[in-house]
Amino acid sequence: MDALLKIGNLSGGYGKEFIIKDIFFEIKRGDFLGIIGPNGSGKSTLLRLMSRVLTPEKGKIALEEKDINNMDLKEFCRKVAFVPQDTLINFSFSVEEIVLMGRIPHLKRLQFETKTDFLIAQNALSLTDTLYLKEKDIDELSAGERQRVIIAKALTQEPILLLLDEPTSHLDIGHQIQILDLLRKLNREKNLTIVMVLHDLNLASEYCNRIILLNEGRIFKEGNPYEVLTYQNIETVYKTIVVVNKNPISLKPYVVLVSGEK
Amino acid sequence: MKSENLRKKILWLFIISVLAILLGISKGSVNISFSELLHIQNRPILYLRLSRIILAIVAGSGLAVAGTVLQAVLRNSLAEPYLLGTSSGAGLAAVLAIIIGLDKLYLPLAAFLGAILTVILVYNLARHGNKVSVQSLILAGVIVSIAFGAIMVFLISTSGNEALHGIMWWLWGSLQVYDLKLLLMVSITVIAGIMAIFTFSQDLNAISIGEEEAIHLGIKTETVKKILFFITSLITASLVCICGIIGFVGLIIPHIMRSVVGPNHKVLIPSTCLAAATFMVICDLLSRTLFSPLEIPIGVITAVIGTPIFIILLKSKQKVR
Repeated sequence: MDALLKIGNLSGGYGKEFIIKDIFFEIKRGDFLGIIGPNGSGKSTLLRLMSRVLTPEKGKIALEEKDINNMDLKEFCRKVAFVPQDTLINFSFSVEEIVLMGRIPHLKRLQFETKTDFLIAQNALSLTDTLYLKEKDIDELSAGERQRVIIAKALTQEPILLLLDEPTSHLDIGHQIQILDLLRKLNREKNLTIVMVLHDLNLASEYCNRIILLNEGRIFKEGNPYEVLTYQNIETVYKTIVVVNKNPISLKPYVVLVSGEK
Repeated sequence: MKSENLRKKILWLFIISVLAILLGISKGSVNISFSELLHIQNRPILYLRLSRIILAIVAGSGLAVAGTVLQAVLRNSLAEPYLLGTSSGAGLAAVLAIIIGLDKLYLPLAAFLGAILTVILVYNLARHGNKVSVQSLILAGVIVSIAFGAIMVFLISTSGNEALHGIMWWLWGSLQVYDLKLLLMVSITVIAGIMAIFTFSQDLNAISIGEEEAIHLGIKTETVKKILFFITSLITASLVCICGIIGFVGLIIPHIMRSVVGPNHKVLIPSTCLAAATFMVICDLLSRTLFSPLEIPIGVITAVIGTPIFIILLKSKQKVR
């Protein structure tokens, strides 16, 4: 399989201190990659480097063989879309207006949206089950609805790679599964490559075909859920005792937490 | 449905603004009928009123669009055109100019330079390397404004210069046109500025949902912010030098229009222009006629009319939520 994104000797962060230290890995087309690791291990920083919010200090990120930091920003955003943890929007844009913003990378300055753009936005809304919210204002929605709308906006960019930073951390379990099932559907049916930062190890195990475990800005372990989610790896990195079982339905690794007190 | 509703609202706004302009031309401290006004011997009165109305339109729409932009870019509903220090910088420069005995002719130039230099100072105080954070920009603007305001009051109270009493009109604004050439230059600057800002509607939409969000949509946020700060400062500085400081328009009209037509800047900017122009023409009319032949500073009228409108709006919005 050909690599969609190649990351080589990447270092970067905020100011002088590198948070990401000399990382390299590849993302293949069709991957559903999870990035896990303790707080401060550099998960979000890595994603911000990959989405060009931060510029790397060293190393290179290549999308389809092209250095992303030399690409025109709009061209880059036609290929890579980003979904943050939670989007608080102060202004009462309608859901349709928000989703249509996903077309900005495809439009020239002052160019108005065409019928095609509206159609693409419409499709994204129905894919994410939010078509019924179209006329509502974004600040009237619940957290789960809002996150699906933000994903619809990202899909409207028609990306080949979707980056998500803990997209479910503010949601209850029902909405978590709803969002992740949606992502799995997009991954399988639309062959959308997905890279997602997750806190919840069991959700990562359940949905990702590959997992990267970060520790102190470096890759501690990379592989499929069975290879990464072992009690040895998790105990070393998270410095806490766990038992790794099997999910009775999917047979994927299932991490059980153990209290330090007996 | 929504867009049809919007079209109706904008049409209404347009009709109201035309009516306000006609009313502004026909009424004044001198009571003459409209047909007489068009008579050749009354031309000076007509021209005087027309120039005032042009300034009201330009000042209103310029300030309100500048306010709209700053509220979106700073994502702060308290942002107004003078936030970056233009008013205090212009005021201080004007006072200094009077004290060192500069000719009255150069006052607008001094005020303009004072405003621009202050914005540059505020911007550099808030800058960290290549980036300017919203929070530090607001803080720097407020602090510099307070400091310059204090220096200005100190100078006024200690100098005893008679000419300084004229500075009052600066602090509360006036739409009196002394110099047609200056009016022309300011109008061109403001109109060009508004048109330039309009081309950034899409960027403004994206930035108003978040700076990083905008980057993810392909917008070079830092560059766009710089350009927009520059244009809004140019607009407010030019306006400050011709009509002083007119508060409230730049703060409330953007708010009102956002709740009427929504936050999409492609619609918001043109309708803000219309609404603010109308508002200013009416305020000017009141300032000329309420206590004629006395003229009340325009800033007093904008505050007196603006406050109740704003409170009503705030309360009705709270009820819905």
